[in-house]
Amino acid sequence: MNVPDDLFYTESHEWIKREGDNARVGITDHAQAELTDVVYVELPKVGATAEARGQIAVVESVKAASDIYAPVNGTVVEVNKALEGNPALVNTDPFGEGWIFVLKMDSPDDIKQLKDAAAYRKVIE
Amino acid sequence: MTTAAPKKTPLYEEHVRLGAKMIPFGDWIMPVQYSGIMDEHQAVRNNVGIFDISHMGQLVATGPGSGGWLNEMLTNNIDKLEVGTGQYTFLLNERGGIIDDLIVYRTGPEEFLLVVNASRVDEDFAWLKQHLAASCELTNRSDSFGGVAIQGPRVVDLFHALLGSQVELPARNHIIERKLDGMNLSIARTGYTGEDGVEVFFSAKDAAKFWNTVLKTGEQFGIRPCGLGARDTLRLEMCYPLNGSDLSPEHNPIEAGLGFFVDLKKPIFIGRDVLIQAKENGTPNRLAAFRMKGKGPPPRPHYGVWLAGDQIGETTSGTLSPSLNQGIGMAYLPTQHARAGTEIEIEIRGQKFPATIEKKPLYKKS
Repeated sequence: MNVPDDLFYTESHEWIKREGDNARVGITDHAQAELTDVVYVELPKVGATAEARGQIAVVESVKAASDIYAPVNGTVVEVNKALEGNPALVNTDPFGEGWIFVLKMDSPDDIKQLKDAAAYRKVIE
Repeated sequence: MTTAAPKKTPLYEEHVRLGAKMIPFGDWIMPVQYSGIMDEHQAVRNNVGIFDISHMGQLVATGPGSGGWLNEMLTNNIDKLEVGTGQYTFLLNERGGIIDDLIVYRTGPEEFLLVVNASRVDEDFAWLKQHLAASCELTNRSDSFGGVAIQGPRVVDLFHALLGSQVELPARNHIIERKLDGMNLSIARTGYTGEDGVEVFFSAKDAAKFWNTVLKTGEQFGIRPCGLGARDTLRLEMCYPLNGSDLSPEHNPIEAGLGFFVDLKKPIFIGRDVLIQAKENGTPNRLAAFRMKGKGPPPRPHYGVWLAGDQIGETTSGTLSPSLNQGIGMAYLPTQHARAGTEIEIEIRGQKFPATIEKKPLYKKS
């Protein structure tokens, strides 16, 4: 299973890419493989306040709806509109085109409390 | 809730070996998918797929008068069954509520095979035992038998490759006995997908051998092992009801729109009085099928159904239809609002999404 070294991770299978004071968020290769066949992504609203570990988006497969959690406190500044037309991007390119939203982090240092790739690999072992 | 270890079908090891995702399903642990629900669904619509249905119950009724006795227990008319044919039917309680929906086959002049839902085996068996006629015997062979459903347009090709091209599959709703490599197979032309197909029953000890023989021979026809996920999307596109979701003891077959499988001309069967009333006076609710409009999240069971600002019901089934690429579902709705063409809304996480009541089935083969 692909777990890129340059990303941060949560226990709930989100990945986080630091981009200055922003954090780009998606779900991991492991999560998309578990969900399979993503058919709908409910995106957060731009401007919405995100609370760490609070539910912020929903990813639906044929079988079930799964909550996506904000990794850190912040404000949603961008959402991946491409997922509205093509939710399967979450399956085909989970770490790239399948990103879900970008947060402007309240305190960018919060990201250091997330898991690194090695720690996340242990979670999914 | 049960605390016992989940029951495994005789095909459990094969599912694990194939990398299936296994989930609890009632008392059972069953494969929900192998390659993916979409892929498996399309395999059945376009080629052929095989499903483990060994968790389903198999009851055998024998003895003089067993046909007459079953006619008092079940809604459809057993007298219409020649030896080697079967029919879809209901087991009702005294209130006309549905205990189970099942297929009954006449396998001999005084011998019947009842294929019942996995979650209802014990309940059905107890109910039938309690009402058993003195001259009849009822046995539960569920633990020593397995079964698979093989479904899809290439099923005939597959069976010719398996059994020889001179062997004809039974006609729709017929059941035949065939031998294959020492295995005794009961092959019934039926299914739960809307495609041509069969359900095959065999001794539990032959389950893995038969399963693997079919998968190997089916390779050339694009066969896929299919799980409960695809089974649900396929049946819901056809509006085939799922017991425990669309059918329950609180609803009768008339409300469910399945009066075709109830013979009210029979002089006696459990639940008859209530059903005659329901037929004559109409029922306050009907099981309606709906399709979402435009893009939106797929509906799921237990979502609210709204009309003109009022909640008028709750979904019993819902999914994304892989064939239609749209959300579909069913719900019991007040009869006056259950007509095709009625515009409704489905509440999904507090937001309402438009849908239209449609005629059943929701999917028609083009």
